[in-house]
Amino acid sequence: MIEAIELLWNTNLWAAVLRIATPLIFGVLGALLCERAGVLNLGIEGIMTMGAMTGWLTVYLGGDLWVGLSVAALAGGLMGLLHAGLTVPLGLSQHVSGLGITLLASALSYYLYRLIVEVGDLPPTIEPFRPLDIPLLSDIPILGPILFSQTMPTYLALLSVAVIAYVLARTPLGLAIRMTGENPHAVDAQGLNPMRIRIGAVVAGSALMGVGGAFLTTAAFNSFFPEMVQGRGWICIALVVFASWRPGKALIGALLFAFFDAYQLRLQTAIDGVPYQLFLMAPYVLSIVALILVARRAEVPAALMAPYRRGER
Amino acid sequence: MRLERRSDVPLRIIIFAPLMAVLVALLIAAFLIAAAGVNPLTAYVELLRGALGSRLAITEMFTRATPLILTGLAVAVAFRARLWNIGGEGQFFMGALVTAWIGHSLALPGVLGIPVLMVAGMAAGAALLAGPAYLRLRFGVDEVVTTLLLNFIVILFVGLMIEGPLRDPLAFGWPSSVPVDRDFRLPDLIPGTRLHTGLLFAIAAAGAVWLIFARTVFGFETRAAGLNPTAAAFAGVSLPRTLMGVALLSGALAGLAGSVEVLGVTAGVTTTMSPGFGYAGIVVAMLAALHPAGVVASATFVATVFVGADAMSRATGVPSFIADVIVALCLLTMIVALLFTTYRVRR
Repeated sequence: MIEAIELLWNTNLWAAVLRIATPLIFGVLGALLCERAGVLNLGIEGIMTMGAMTGWLTVYLGGDLWVGLSVAALAGGLMGLLHAGLTVPLGLSQHVSGLGITLLASALSYYLYRLIVEVGDLPPTIEPFRPLDIPLLSDIPILGPILFSQTMPTYLALLSVAVIAYVLARTPLGLAIRMTGENPHAVDAQGLNPMRIRIGAVVAGSALMGVGGAFLTTAAFNSFFPEMVQGRGWICIALVVFASWRPGKALIGALLFAFFDAYQLRLQTAIDGVPYQLFLMAPYVLSIVALILVARRAEVPAALMAPYRRGER
Repeated sequence: MRLERRSDVPLRIIIFAPLMAVLVALLIAAFLIAAAGVNPLTAYVELLRGALGSRLAITEMFTRATPLILTGLAVAVAFRARLWNIGGEGQFFMGALVTAWIGHSLALPGVLGIPVLMVAGMAAGAALLAGPAYLRLRFGVDEVVTTLLLNFIVILFVGLMIEGPLRDPLAFGWPSSVPVDRDFRLPDLIPGTRLHTGLLFAIAAAGAVWLIFARTVFGFETRAAGLNPTAAAFAGVSLPRTLMGVALLSGALAGLAGSVEVLGVTAGVTTTMSPGFGYAGIVVAMLAALHPAGVVASATFVATVFVGADAMSRATGVPSFIADVIVALCLLTMIVALLFTTYRVRR
């Protein structure tokens, strides 16, 4: 028991929290952007898988790490475009289309991976992003190794939170996006095209999801293997609700979740006699508990999941 | 150009829609097969031969179709009432686990034991979906996320049980649960093959679901609630009650899938016993346009793709993941095709 508490004093744990949170931050921001415009994107799990595969593959084939992230964003965006095409102009069920995108994007990733990469006993590896010590700041005791010795994509994730929070809350574009999620007819009355705004938001959000997936293969690990996203996409969908559709709260949610994940990993080795599966279950169980706690107070965008057709209410 | 709702949908369009959807999906997948350096026609011929080319192949295909019919029905029942049950995979495993658990030490003759075990599997699946349904009714928690997350929790739970209390001491290598008693194994439908009488149970379940929806008050109320909840509530339909009823029925069907798979094929439970039966059930149900009779046909099609793709992969070297790609494409093309059964394009 004392060991379990001592673990909390370990800076490695807290550094791991940020690292584990990074793909979730990208994913939850992406899902949030889609939903703020009124489109639920259950393609997230598959889009993250596709980002993980394409980002890794680009680097494996000789591309730069940043090119890898860009390709992952592009692949994610393309899948988002497909989801947007089916759900916005055609107005198809966002649930079914999203699940279809997840099935397609995952299957396509595995298929292309098998086609292009010779897989032996062990999956091939790449040289991933290295932790970057920020001069001076990384020398601060305790905080330095936690906050300022992360990989570049982690800093990018934190920056994205600020950018998206600012854009949504303080710019005309953000207002248009939020309004499309609340009342697309009002947007139309303002002379803006709600369909275009939705498509744009879904494509941009999906690109973020792709980058989140790519973090797994280009920074957290160095190889790609099936099932590696392991429900992170679904967790992000839960986190958006938990965050009440706000970027700042989404960051907190992702960090909180990552903390439990990092902590349970370390508890597994510290505590004997408890089946390791119970620890692995904890993050999923906590996500459900979090949903129950906030569900009553959730400020769901009013037009979420309602397809928009001009002249039809 | 705009979409206009059809006032009536002719039967030929209802049958035409899935055929078009499948054709377009196969056409798109052909490009991916060509990218592997294989002639798509050759590949598709190999696929058909692998699934339907011999007596053994056909029995394997129907063995695969059996759980797909049941998970497909589970999804069809739920989606009709707009209950988004994506937890078929978890319910499948829960049904399988409880069946193996009880079936290992149940002291009943086979004829009595088999139905008892099936009911136990159904109860396990139903209980697993009752949770998310209750959370939606009581707290307004979206069931998509809860059912999805439960899939991960259940598979970890299965892992825990088969490495712990339910571990089969006689299983080598990969951990497996204790097997069900030999008396409770479903008899073979065709001796010498893996095809078992579970297929008949699955088809009977499709008939039962059709009866429930076409001929009972519960089925009528469910359809009404799915089509227009406000109007249904106004007409006196209790929405919470229908939703919970649908959840129990849907969960039971997915649980039955797991139960039947254990009784008919695997005897014990492993964490790898399902190649995504729960998720494939979504495709099966959508390809059938959520119709119970259609589910049997579409499960047969999906099983053909999966079983055939394995053989095709061995013969041509195209990765067998092409099956997952084809099935996922079918889902997307089908929802577009369905749009044109309810709407038509007007200039």
